[in-house]
Amino acid sequence: MALLDIEAIRIEFPSRRGTRTAVDGVSLSLNKGEILGVVGESGAGKSTIGNAVIGLLEAPGRLAGGEVRLEGKRIDALPAPEQRKVRGRRIGMIFQDPLTSLDPLQTVENQLVETMQVHLDLTHAQAQQRAVDLLRQVGIDQPELRAKQYPHQFSGGMRQRVVIALALCCEPEVIIADEPTTALDVSIQAQILDLLRKLCKEKQVGMIIITHDMGVIADVTDRVAVLYRGKLVEQGPTAKILGNPDHPYTRSLISAVPRPDIKLRRFPLVTYIEDVRTPAAPMDIATHWLGQRRDFASRHAEGAPLVQAQDLGMQFVLRNAFLKRNRRTLDAVRGVTLEIAEGEVFGLVGESGSGKSTVARLISGLYTPSSGSVHFDGTNLTQLRGEKALNPFRRQIQMVFQDPYSSVNPRMRVLDIVAEPIRFHRLADSEAQVRRIVGDLLDVVGLGAQAAQRFPHEFSGGQRQRICIARALATRPRFLICDEPTSALDVSIQAQILNLLKDLQEQLRLTMLFISHDLPVIRQMCDRVGVMRHGQLLEVADTETLFERPEHEYTRHLLGLMPRLQVMSNAGLDIESTVTPLAQAARS
Amino acid sequence: MIARLNVLFSRAADSDLWYSFRRSPGAIISAIVTLVIVAGALLAHVVAPHNPFDLASLNIMDANTPPAWNPEGSPDFLLGTDDQGRDVLSAILYGSRVSLLVGVASVAFSMVLGVSLGLISGYAGGRVDSIIMRIADVQLSFPAILIALLIDGVARGLLPRDMHDELAVYVLVFAIGISGWVQYARTVRGSTLVERNKEYVQAAKLIGIGPVTILRRHILPNVMGPVLVIATIHLAVAIITEATLSFLGVGVPPTAPSLGTLIRIGNSYLFSGMWWISIFPGIALVALVLSVNLLGDWLRDALNPKLR
Repeated sequence: MALLDIEAIRIEFPSRRGTRTAVDGVSLSLNKGEILGVVGESGAGKSTIGNAVIGLLEAPGRLAGGEVRLEGKRIDALPAPEQRKVRGRRIGMIFQDPLTSLDPLQTVENQLVETMQVHLDLTHAQAQQRAVDLLRQVGIDQPELRAKQYPHQFSGGMRQRVVIALALCCEPEVIIADEPTTALDVSIQAQILDLLRKLCKEKQVGMIIITHDMGVIADVTDRVAVLYRGKLVEQGPTAKILGNPDHPYTRSLISAVPRPDIKLRRFPLVTYIEDVRTPAAPMDIATHWLGQRRDFASRHAEGAPLVQAQDLGMQFVLRNAFLKRNRRTLDAVRGVTLEIAEGEVFGLVGESGSGKSTVARLISGLYTPSSGSVHFDGTNLTQLRGEKALNPFRRQIQMVFQDPYSSVNPRMRVLDIVAEPIRFHRLADSEAQVRRIVGDLLDVVGLGAQAAQRFPHEFSGGQRQRICIARALATRPRFLICDEPTSALDVSIQAQILNLLKDLQEQLRLTMLFISHDLPVIRQMCDRVGVMRHGQLLEVADTETLFERPEHEYTRHLLGLMPRLQVMSNAGLDIESTVTPLAQAARS
Repeated sequence: MIARLNVLFSRAADSDLWYSFRRSPGAIISAIVTLVIVAGALLAHVVAPHNPFDLASLNIMDANTPPAWNPEGSPDFLLGTDDQGRDVLSAILYGSRVSLLVGVASVAFSMVLGVSLGLISGYAGGRVDSIIMRIADVQLSFPAILIALLIDGVARGLLPRDMHDELAVYVLVFAIGISGWVQYARTVRGSTLVERNKEYVQAAKLIGIGPVTILRRHILPNVMGPVLVIATIHLAVAIITEATLSFLGVGVPPTAPSLGTLIRIGNSYLFSGMWWISIFPGIALVALVLSVNLLGDWLRDALNPKLR
């Protein structure tokens, strides 16, 4: 008998537009000391399963069929007070965002003690002692001292450790971790995963890790269940599923994961993903409006870099004051110097808060640098004053943003969104031509010309990102900045968008600045890479060189944190080069 | 054109707002009451049995007739007459027209002023923001009615007496409008602060679009939701303020009475048993304000995703 049995559960969300089945006949089982990964893309129903198991389905969701059994006894049909005894006591939960899963007004100790006193028969002093022990077990230094602190005094990773302590405090038999590391930086992610694995084996707890991240799956799980649109498509030992998947969905999902050890020419076209049209008649972009009359008389000498940033610095005012000495500032970027040659794809990589997005905004002109200068095509942009002088350059530099939900105006039709730059810069002769160009642009990015009449909310995240790319291309830019363009997207959609960007870059000979926190993605996309940390550029090198022979210690550290994905199947991949990163080889 | 209207219509019929409206009886009743009063006011010259402003048709012999169901009443005057022989029902219909006109105009004035200042304040930030918001804070420390009284008083002092009656409505609209802009400005400033950091605004900046166009085309449509809710509730407040000022005798002149003026006229007869002159306009005022207010409340809840 397994520890936890989920048998053919079906979860429905009734609404006035009909009932949506979020989970349909999924059966899973979990043994003691085992880590089961539940993987799937957004909307696959993976979090819904977790919530159903511990009885936290959000209204109007309901369990419409199947059973959940803990050590052979049904727990899904228990009355509410009985269910509360199971929740927290026998099944612990770890949520995605450590910032919101702790009460900001309670000390860490109080939260632990409160939970223990609800479920366990302990005196206050005993509970306090246990709280300190738990904090020590999850790797918090000076637990006696830290226990008296409030959540905001902990960093993100430390906070997630506290959440883990909270999940463990009543010695549950099962822990459900819903995207436990998604909100964390890679270096902290690795530590948290190691900790979860260790605790799970030591305490013989069964754990379900719900994630979209194949790296997490490969790193810690014993078995994996793959979900697709509410249905279980495949289940088995991790090495088997990743290395030799049976189901075509799993295969396409795995082929879409960017690999640190392989550089692909293109991601294989993955089926099973959102509907994307290919242009009716493949068009020759070079002879189209998009490719021609690019009328930028090059001012710079042959071979000189297109973009030059010299000693860029940016200070943000944290607290304003009349007197200069009372002001508090933050150096977001310090002394960044870089050059990007025409036609090159330059990558910037770093953890959150390293200043890479700030560099992008400085180069694009959204921010004015506190010090240093940006040269574009031989002109010093920092010295230009007023929109008039800047306008010719605005056209040449465009940007694709991270969040596909906030980067298009929800009140405008796609036609107007994409046409706005064309109309503003008067790039077309007539309104009819504008419409034709917008139609072609939407075709190029794989949405189809019919999309023009619709509003953004009718599109999914990946499709919206295509709208953003179409808008950025509408000025016929020379230089495209992509700021984490795929980090909010599912892997299969990420693969499509990366393919699209690669194709456009080649066909239009775009120069690109590509920003990402994800080294494998950088490896697929970039010719050269810069590594940033604390607002400084530590190292710049050719991508292959950087991955093989990193110079800086921090780069080596970052490379070492990449998930080990060598177990994954190489079937059907269009491989350009394979290099096992040095640092990674050393780790494994 | 017709096809387009059809699309618009079917989209409206399918929307969540319409769905929520059909399911809240309070909103339906309020909407009906508001519609009846608004229609009566707009069509006063058609539906009113008498013209209370046509001095030739007034007969002082009809003065102070009680309502029709009273044994002394006359079927000609359903709700009775006032001290000059004017039909109360007709006066209410014409009076609601003045009340609604002043209410709607002053709300529109407040809204334009408040939304513009809020947009500028939120988008410009820094010193401009500080100045506008401090002015708003100062104004909030006075009751709105006091500001309206002050402006009305100043206008009375400045304008010659014979001009005053003509301009009374405009002065009133200005006075009530100026006293209500702060709420709009604060709400819009808050939403603007959120919207201006969104990436679609940055994308517009990168295209090279200037601040005025960004505010008008990109930010304004995205901050209007809460403004419409405030405007509905503010309409009720503006009507009440106008009635209060007219009741105090500083509003519209008795020759073109609003609901507030009618209540004031009847007030002096209230204790001599002629209650109908004051009570019926009072009921009309309460019904109008209450239903507009309830509509505003419903709209606020329906548009707030957290309460859905």
